[in-house]
Amino acid sequence: MNIHEYQAKQLFRDHGVSVARGAVARTPAEIDAALAQLPEGKIVVKSQIHAGGRGKGKFTDGFAGGVKIAASAAQAKEYALRMLGNTLVTHQTGPAGRKVQTIFFTEATDIAKEYYLAVLLDRATSQPVIIASTEGGMDIEHVAEHMPDKILRRHVDPALGLRAFQGREIGFRLGLGEDQIKQFGRLLEGVYKLFWDKDCAMVEINPLIVTPAGQVEALDAKVSFDDNALFRHPDIQALRDLNEEDSKEIEASKFNLNYIALDGNIACLVNGAGLAMATMDIIQYFGGTPANFLDVGGGATEEQVTSAFRIILSDPAVKGILVNIFGGIMKCDIIARGVIAAARNTKLQVPLVVRLEGTNVELGREILAQSGLALTTADSLSDAAQKIVAALKA
Amino acid sequence: MSVLVNKNTRLLVQGITGKAGSFHAQQCLEYGTNVVAGVTPGRGGQKFLDRVPIFNTVREAVEQTGANASMVFVPPAFAADSLLEAIDAGVPLLVCITEGIPVRDMLLVKERLATSSIRLIGPNCPGIITPGECKIGIMPGYIHRPGKVGIVSRSGTLTYEAVWQITKRGLGQSTCIGIGGDPVNGTSHLDAVRLLNEDPLTEAIIMIGEIGGAAEEEAAAYIKAEVRKPVAGFIAGATAPPGRRMGHAGAIVSGSSGSAGAKIAAMREAGIAVAPTPSDIADTLLSRYHP
Repeated sequence: MNIHEYQAKQLFRDHGVSVARGAVARTPAEIDAALAQLPEGKIVVKSQIHAGGRGKGKFTDGFAGGVKIAASAAQAKEYALRMLGNTLVTHQTGPAGRKVQTIFFTEATDIAKEYYLAVLLDRATSQPVIIASTEGGMDIEHVAEHMPDKILRRHVDPALGLRAFQGREIGFRLGLGEDQIKQFGRLLEGVYKLFWDKDCAMVEINPLIVTPAGQVEALDAKVSFDDNALFRHPDIQALRDLNEEDSKEIEASKFNLNYIALDGNIACLVNGAGLAMATMDIIQYFGGTPANFLDVGGGATEEQVTSAFRIILSDPAVKGILVNIFGGIMKCDIIARGVIAAARNTKLQVPLVVRLEGTNVELGREILAQSGLALTTADSLSDAAQKIVAALKA
Repeated sequence: MSVLVNKNTRLLVQGITGKAGSFHAQQCLEYGTNVVAGVTPGRGGQKFLDRVPIFNTVREAVEQTGANASMVFVPPAFAADSLLEAIDAGVPLLVCITEGIPVRDMLLVKERLATSSIRLIGPNCPGIITPGECKIGIMPGYIHRPGKVGIVSRSGTLTYEAVWQITKRGLGQSTCIGIGGDPVNGTSHLDAVRLLNEDPLTEAIIMIGEIGGAAEEEAAAYIKAEVRKPVAGFIAGATAPPGRRMGHAGAIVSGSSGSAGAKIAAMREAGIAVAPTPSDIADTLLSRYHP
């Protein structure tokens, strides 16, 4: 799960990680009150969306820049009014862009030096890893590729947690001055505490800055969470912004279905994430374009399958459906009944290819055959993919 | 001798009284697995299907029945604790089916495992099966056949695809190890391939992977250096958009790492025959393996 920068900065404040003062406005009426919380002087006006590249982005009405520095509160208000409710397109949002519903105002900070700091999981060692670099304010992937020796990686023992010497060692490596070393140590402690206590997937600060006055603080904040752990963090769940998510994906999650929207026109309904990915792959292999990833999981009820169908068919781009079920926990007769019910309930008009295999497969095939519905069955996945691609061309 | 499990394995089931636990404990019993105990705190003294004794704790189950493997069906919020309990009781093999365990919990379980000789398979996995001898997991038994092809996979149903293709060609499987879809797991591709490579009954290996992490690349390097048995593979997720978790918690392309392309390239570099589609897995193996 992702959150907005302003929410991440609030979490930083809660965990003793220095950030500049800020305030949000969600409507034009809130702007004055928000700006009143900030000191005189330059103000940074930041569109809040779950995507990077906001500074270089462009709004669909032509207004340039999702992050702007205003010379005064009055100018900040002007910028905010142009941004609120407007749609921002960045290199990470896709061409449709994202509607900006929240503006974050923060006092502009002078920068003496920029660094990079992040904490995330290192899958290779199954430990949290701290990533730090003197090359802050840049694309870290670029640094990793072109200046790998400027990337510092230090692992944290999960049971012991972050030790004070680790913060010192990283601070000295980064070339921080004596007073900054202590500040950095405290900041890193706060970052790691947030990472661990709130079950984060990643905490990223780019850039981490030292001001001309020698203050170490986080200029930007990007925090994401381990979805598997959200059940034990109701306060984090409350930060979820449904406007940043695809409505079909939100609907699917209500039925415990795993659905991800894609750009194509052949929908798939599969049991098992690996098989679902492989089904998308084989559709493309035979010249089709997958419309979605959809894993109905191991114990899908008839209701879930019907809901899955409805969600699939709510995508106007869908011109055909491939159902691929290999039953382990999933039983083929349950799927077959669900497919038939769904096809009837949705008055299915597009081609449907169903491929079943596994537990109760004979019963499932029988139920499909006796349904009287216009559907095509297939034996192998290859057969199924070719049939659905051909059906769209027919 | 087969890999990790056989006719003599004595299985206990943690969470045996739950919906999924009871269904699959019964399926395993019907397959012929030697299920000797169940563990559900508070239900000690009762019997599962009138034949399998249920205990309150893993320690008691092991003391009373000599169980030497555990299949874990405990819900995600409590699963790590159940694994730690089994580790504490010294159960040598743990197979954790549960999906949704927080990463943080698994980091601590893994750390605990590092100082023991206990093997964990999973979590978020379909389990392990040596056809005809022992099934610990949720895979449909009937698609398997005793034989000589070893399979390692992160997936459940995609593995069944490969298994069924092998079976339909008149071959069989030595041991199928489902390592699961999580980013932090007990047994990696490399661990499983090493076991299959060292198993005298395994003549050929199929390695199935997916986007996310670098486990397949790590295994490919080992295969290039150490494995002389024929190896075929398949990587799912070539069409997955970057930055999204595709069902499995570990299936995500992050920036420049974890892509299907990188894995396929590493596997080809290692001399592994990579199937172009999931339907070609058995045929791809048979292009290298001539039993």
